[in-house]
Amino acid sequence: MSHPNLLIVVPAYNESETLGSVLSSLIALKRDEWDILVVNDHSTDETSKVARQYVSRVIDLPINLGIGGCVQTGFQYALEHGYDSMMQFDGDGQHQAEEVERLLKRLHSEKADMLIGSRFKYALSYEGHHRSTRMRRVGIKVLSYLCFLLTGRLIKDPTSGFRLYSKKAIQLLAEQYPHNYPEPETIIFLNKNRMKIVETAAHMKERSGGSSSIEYQGFTYMINVMLGMIISSVRPRSRQFSV
Amino acid sequence: MNTLDVDINRIQILAIGGSVLFILFILYQIRAKRLREDYSLIWLFFGGVFLFFSCWRESLDYLSYLVGVAYPPATIFILFIMVLFMIVIQFSIIITKQSNQLLRLAQEVGRLKQKVEEQEDKDKKQRLEKAA
Repeated sequence: MSHPNLLIVVPAYNESETLGSVLSSLIALKRDEWDILVVNDHSTDETSKVARQYVSRVIDLPINLGIGGCVQTGFQYALEHGYDSMMQFDGDGQHQAEEVERLLKRLHSEKADMLIGSRFKYALSYEGHHRSTRMRRVGIKVLSYLCFLLTGRLIKDPTSGFRLYSKKAIQLLAEQYPHNYPEPETIIFLNKNRMKIVETAAHMKERSGGSSSIEYQGFTYMINVMLGMIISSVRPRSRQFSV
Repeated sequence: MNTLDVDINRIQILAIGGSVLFILFILYQIRAKRLREDYSLIWLFFGGVFLFFSCWRESLDYLSYLVGVAYPPATIFILFIMVLFMIVIQFSIIITKQSNQLLRLAQEVGRLKQKVEEQEDKDKKQRLEKAA
């Protein structure tokens, strides 16, 4: 294998409106050794049909699992097919295909196990920033601070789903991945298992369709995530990786 | 009718009868395969505990004395609430376990479906190539 290969996982739940343009932008910039996998989380709309028009790898989940179970299916696929790295790329138009190459290079140059594409780091442009509500920004700040308390690492955008994972991280997360709101908890979990986490700035757009999993259940979201993070930090290290 | 005139033996008979009926009911459910043995153990155990207390009433007074409850019937309520708590927690644990299993199952089914589709596409292509 000359180039390390990459699996781009697009988790999609009722994303038929935006998925087409997201996939075509990815395909336009895609290298030969990259594959795209759409995991359709039992959508009630035409998501699966739209996905199949663009890519050949589509997994239709038989029941709705939520974002955690959906992305984990991607990890399992990546593990089974021996990919060197995996990227989560949302189907709602928030993540930009132009960034994939740069983030991938960064993952390899840093020898990181997880690279987080951040909206806030170094105040790079985030076109929707002015529209993200004050509450949401405060929420992310709180999570970022909690993350710092628990890991000693400063991650400015712990809720970002724009992420790249190494083979080592794939192995672990295919086995064990948080369920409901996985992003911040995964940082704690990977850190616990001595994986290298790097955050880098990434251009993102306001989602062009769908809705954030965070937005409408603010309070429950925060409590859930914070509990998950704290519990995760006191849980023993995964046996698979304890040396 | 004065409340002090109640025949305390009546409630004892009722309690014994109730406990026995309860245990029989659980056993019947297991026999009919509507209840799994491992889930029913806790019910049978506490059915036994209540049968014990209704047969030997003084044990309740003694237990109340031991834990410092002045009014023995209150001990029954405490016991009852504790039992229900434990059972409900056991249910939550079982639900969690089952949803984890369901998650695995659904992921596996999704991946297998994709594999089958891929293979079918390959076969189709091969057949077309052969025909051409």
